[in-house]
Amino acid sequence: MVRFPIKFAPQNLRIFGLIVVLICVLLFFATQIHNYLNKDLFIRVSTSVAIMALIAIGQTLVILTRNIDLSVGSVVGFSAFFLGGLLTRNPNINPLLVVLAGVGFGSLFGMLNGLLVAYANVPSIIVTLGTMALYRSSLVQFSGAKSISTASLPQWLVSLPQMNVISVGGYDIRVTFVITLVVLLMAHFALTRLRGGRHFYAVGSNPAAARFAGINVNWTVFLAFTLSGALAGLTGFLFLARFGNITVVAGLGFELKSVASAVVGGVNIFGGSGSVIGAFLGAILVDVLDTSLVRWEVISEFWREAVLGALILLSVTADTLLSRKLLAISLKRTKSTQEQMATFQDSLTTRKGP
Amino acid sequence: MTAPNGNSSNPTRRLKLLMSWEGFLLAVLCLVFAVNASMSHAFFTVANQINLFNLSIEKIIVALIMTFIIINGEIDLSVASVMGLSACTFGWLYHAGVSAGLAIVIVMGVGFVCGAFNGFFITRLGIPSLVVTLSTLIGYRGLARVLVEDRGINQFPEWFDALGQQPLLGPFPLSLIIFFVLFIILGFVLHFSGFGRRVYVIGNNAEAATYSGVDVAEIKMKLFIASSTISALAGLLFAARVGAVRGDVAQGFELDIITIVLLGGVSIFGGSGSLLGTLLSILIVLSLRNGMDLANITGHIQTGLIGLLLILSVLIPNARIYASRFLQAKPS
Repeated sequence: MVRFPIKFAPQNLRIFGLIVVLICVLLFFATQIHNYLNKDLFIRVSTSVAIMALIAIGQTLVILTRNIDLSVGSVVGFSAFFLGGLLTRNPNINPLLVVLAGVGFGSLFGMLNGLLVAYANVPSIIVTLGTMALYRSSLVQFSGAKSISTASLPQWLVSLPQMNVISVGGYDIRVTFVITLVVLLMAHFALTRLRGGRHFYAVGSNPAAARFAGINVNWTVFLAFTLSGALAGLTGFLFLARFGNITVVAGLGFELKSVASAVVGGVNIFGGSGSVIGAFLGAILVDVLDTSLVRWEVISEFWREAVLGALILLSVTADTLLSRKLLAISLKRTKSTQEQMATFQDSLTTRKGP
Repeated sequence: MTAPNGNSSNPTRRLKLLMSWEGFLLAVLCLVFAVNASMSHAFFTVANQINLFNLSIEKIIVALIMTFIIINGEIDLSVASVMGLSACTFGWLYHAGVSAGLAIVIVMGVGFVCGAFNGFFITRLGIPSLVVTLSTLIGYRGLARVLVEDRGINQFPEWFDALGQQPLLGPFPLSLIIFFVLFIILGFVLHFSGFGRRVYVIGNNAEAATYSGVDVAEIKMKLFIASSTISALAGLLFAARVGAVRGDVAQGFELDIITIVLLGGVSIFGGSGSLLGTLLSILIVLSLRNGMDLANITGHIQTGLIGLLLILSVLIPNARIYASRFLQAKPS
């Protein structure tokens, strides 16, 4: 049996493995691409991860409860468009109100998903596959086939992506990245320390048991979808700030990337296990691969999607096999403990016997 | 069904038929037909009906095999990407100098391999089909893009284009004939063969099926191979019909295909549904789209409505269950 110097929970093992893979990928591309590991890479990845990680966190909350949210891409697009339209018409709105509007707007969509999944018992894959199309077509209808352009947006929003919180030796920590980090830490704290957060895991591990334990399963699922929608709404705000020019295809394909980030980050697709930190690292890995493959001259950039697909499959396979192995080890351990107990009991009874 | 001598069991039987999902679909179909026919006299002409089938022929061919997959309790999200990959592989091979006939054979082989690849991860490694086919949805599409990059490939041999665009037998084009032949064969397999029964048993309770000596892995493997192979065929038909391929061929078709199957009364949890239901649902969706075209409703809204339909197709049966539970609970 393998003994680790530190006692690793499977969760930490996954994150540890992910960091190792990430470092390997970075080192590999450093040998392949000239002038690769520099501050530009850091800035590029951190700004784009700020967007993807947010929806990956929302997706993680949903996947933890044994569901999936495929509508996030459409919600991001709609929210970006909605906020863009709002700001074009009233450029003097308080920035905080704009953020809140985005979050509120997104959570409305999330609530609709949550209602259908939690209270109408429609499987989440059906609901969100349907609402993905429904929200997108509503967006097309709402927009009247027009698009939002940077010129019509207020200056504070356009300059937001370039704003730094702090810059250490040229390594700029952008505001958007910090927003994502704050959300990440809040979500991590809630999931690991709060009772309501633990409910997500309980519901995903065994819905029936969770119900018997007095957990309001429907409410937890509803909450997960609402939060996912809210985060997608917030992402819409960051998306609008970063790109400025928004068309009706904004956020297309984000749903798959967010699922990919979560799954690559070790969030179990069966629900009940995984962490937002993992999903965050997953988002970084996916993004590093994405940006690096474009710059890698050996293969054409068209390999990006194929590599992404292979990466998801690989990480899910590794995760499944690993967790099965861990389960077998822990079962063996319990079994041997049980045997010891049995022999102990036997010895007791024999001693008592005449 | 319309027995002249009404004995006591007949009204309940008639009611049962009416209350069955297929009966409901039939009623909806009649409604859609009536509305469409009132909007346009051209609706019931043979040319319009064939045209209506022809426009979505690739989707409805794949919907037939998707019925098997979902009854089996699995899902295959990669079908549209396999269609795209097969169409792009064909274009790529043909322009690399391979003869069209050989390219078709190779493409069907590619479909087979794609299915076996999906099946391997699902049956041998026990990874849920949702995840496997979600990643191959991205992966196969990626391979298609690698092959054609951002070009469009056209100028296929004339006979190939003609097969997709011109009627072959009477007014029927090849793809429509393939659809009906497949429908008959698959209907026979699903409803009148041991294999079909096993598909249902696995969908109802895979564990019980295993203990009854059913080789679950083998049947699932066969289904996923069949799904991808038929999708590859559908991809070829698409290439022939449109006469050109691009990296985004058939993108997003999985939504329509799954919607058709679920609307046809196949349970997403597996174990129930019928090919007849799928056929009725195909007719409804096609006529609905046709009707929306006649009413000048754009494609984007159509997609949204299809999404709505997908949710309703599960919501309505659920509501019926609640309603019957409520009615039963009341007297006691």
